[in-house]
Parts: sequence; C-alpha cells; structure tokens
Amino acid sequence: MTINEIQDELIEEFSLFTDWMEKYENIIQMGKDLPMIDDKFRKEENLIRGCQAKVWLHGDFKGGKVYFTADSDAIITKGLVSMVVKVLSGHSPEEIMQSELYFVDKLGLREHLSMTRSNGLLSMIKQMKIYAMAFVS
Amino acid sequence: MLCEERHATLKVIPINSRGELLMDSYREMLNEKVKLVSVNYVSNSFGTINPIQEIIESAHKFGIPVLIDAAQAVQHLAVDVSEMDADFMAFSGHKMYGPTGIGVLYGKEKWLNAMPPFQAGGEMIKTVGFDKTFYNDLPFKFEAGTPNIEASICLGVAIDYLNSIGLDRIRDYEEDLLQYGIDRLSTIDELQFVGTAEHKSSVISFNIDGSHPYDVGVILDQLGIAVRTGHHCTQPLMDLFGIPGTVRASLAFYNTREEIDTLFHGIQKAVQMLK
Repeated sequence: MTINEIQDELIEEFSLFTDWMEKYENIIQMGKDLPMIDDKFRKEENLIRGCQAKVWLHGDFKGGKVYFTADSDAIITKGLVSMVVKVLSGHSPEEIMQSELYFVDKLGLREHLSMTRSNGLLSMIKQMKIYAMAFVS
Repeated sequence: MLCEERHATLKVIPINSRGELLMDSYREMLNEKVKLVSVNYVSNSFGTINPIQEIIESAHKFGIPVLIDAAQAVQHLAVDVSEMDADFMAFSGHKMYGPTGIGVLYGKEKWLNAMPPFQAGGEMIKTVGFDKTFYNDLPFKFEAGTPNIEASICLGVAIDYLNSIGLDRIRDYEEDLLQYGIDRLSTIDELQFVGTAEHKSSVISFNIDGSHPYDVGVILDQLGIAVRTGHHCTQPLMDLFGIPGTVRASLAFYNTREEIDTLFHGIQKAVQMLK
C-alpha cells in the first residue's frame, strides 16, 4: 500500500467513530498495540525534542526501505506516534520525504500538530523525514 | 543567567516532600558572601505560599537584599511590599487579569539609585556628550524609549478591578474553593496530590496512577476543562519527586464549586479511559 492509501484507510477507520471518546479510546488502543522500540534504542540520542511526553524514535534501512520503531511514556502520544509509524514505515526514503501527511487534519487531530501543543508530532514527522534523507545519501 | 555572566554560584533552598522550603537549611546557607536571595512568594508548580517575612528578616540580618517573585501571589493575596520590607519585587501583568507584555519590577530607591541603566534610549538620559553622558533620575533611568503606554493603562485598570473586589475577599473565596477541590478530588483513589503544603494558594497539582500528565490533560481538554500539564518549567522539582510532570488545576475567583464537580467527573473519566 502507498503512504496515501494507508492514510485513507485510517481516515475510513476513524469515520466509524461518532464521538471524541471512541476516537481517543481507539488512539489509546493503537498506543498499546505499537511494537515496543528495542531497549538499546531507548536512549537520549533517540529522543524527539519538543515533546512534553518522551518519544523515542529509531529508523532502520533494509532492502531500500525505511522501517521505524518508536515508543512514548504517554499513551495518547504513543497512539498518535503509532499512526505516523504505520503510515510512513516500510516505504522508500524518497516516498517518505515527499509525503504529505493529511490524515492528522482529516481525523480532527490537527490540534496535536500545533507548535504550542507540546507533544511534538511535527518534530517527530520532521525527524522521520531526516532519517529518510540520511538513508538516501 | 547571572551565573554565566558574573560567575556567581547558585545555591538552591531545599524543600520537603510536601513542597515546603526547609527554613533551617535556608538560614544555614546565609552568610556575608551571599549577594542576593531570590525566592518566589507562591510556587507556580504546587501553590506553596512561602514564609516571605521570615525569609526577608533572616537575609537582612546579613545585609543581603531579597528579590521576591510575586507573579503567582499578587492575584491571590494582599501584598504589601513596604510591610514585608522586600528589596525587589517582580510580577507580570497577564497573571493578574491584565494585558500581556507588561510586568512590574519594584525596587527600593537606594538600590535603584545605585544601579546603572540596563538599556539605552530616549528619556533615560539627562545630558548627552561624547565624553560623558549623564543619566536621568528615577524612574526615567530605567525607562528607555517609548513606553508601553496602552498596556500600562490596561494594567492599571486590572489592578483597580482587583482592588474593587478586594484581595482579602478573593483570598477567602479561593481558599474555600481550594478546600472543596481537595476534599472532592481526594475521594478519587487513583489520584495523588503533588505539593501538600500547609499554606497553599489555590493550585491543585496532581497525578493519576500510572498515567502521564499529558494524557490526563488531553482528555480533560476534550471535556472542555482547562488545566496545565507538564513540568511547569520546574524540571529540578519534578526530578526531585521522580515524576515527568503534573496536571495542575489553577483556581481563580471566577471559578465555582460546580466547575470543581465538572473537574472531578472529568478526572474520573480520564481514569477510566487510561487504565
């Protein structure tokens, strides 16, 4: 599936929820389902700046594709992180760099993207693109 | 910042597990080498009201000037700067229902006269020469350039407004609200208060068992309840308590008991969703 197909699938999945509570319960569940990051990557260098909650991110380059693992100490943040990982992981560096993540806005989670919100989803997406860029060069 | 500029050493007054300053340790720290004591009147993280009078008296025995950060006090308590004999006091406008971008620094005349200007500009000079420039008198010496006229007027109005209600009445009302809030929230088993000082202003800082304060904040936000989450820019305090931060409900005189009930139900919802 392409990055946009995964985004569209998420949008469709969330369209089933009628209120914010179901939506956030789903995000919390996604956070619980996110595969844990390997302990050896849970270190200072892998922390994303600008997050109120701690977010660790690691990228691997295998067979021309980038695979991300991540974790957070806050469960809602972890859920948001898991969605971004789901969308961007397993694609080529070029696809990741050129991607436009419209699903956050479409799911009504735009507030989590703002710079004044301190969960740093924006910093996280930027960091993932930097990983992709590093793997190209 | 002073430490970097002047190679000063910063020593921190320790606190106990309730979030109160250890006054014996403080007194032991005082000697002739200390240049300035700087302390907040009310803690922004926990709401602890510090024993300012005692702090100032002890410092003055060694001739040490005291700077009081009253940013969290002036909107909750009646503050008399001459009575407490503070050398400096600072607070911000927006925290006392006034405009942003303006604040107040009070200083005793003897210190202000002894201090050089920190900024150059119009109005702060008496005569200008290439050899020597003479600075204007107080307060102009510290008011370089065009002042923030609009905000000054607005802050004046905000202070008049607070005085018209009366800070003693505000204090009584907020104390009642705080007590109601503590009583109500203490019935939630999963909730732990952070900062339980005997003298407290109307701030309730807490955490929920096993949940990150950010998560609790997101859910309360969805319910239309405005709280602050995070480390409140006091990471050393949070490290001391071994927590990433707290959820903080700050009560003001416009809040009501019904709103505390709403907060109570909101926290219950958060507990249920996050477990």
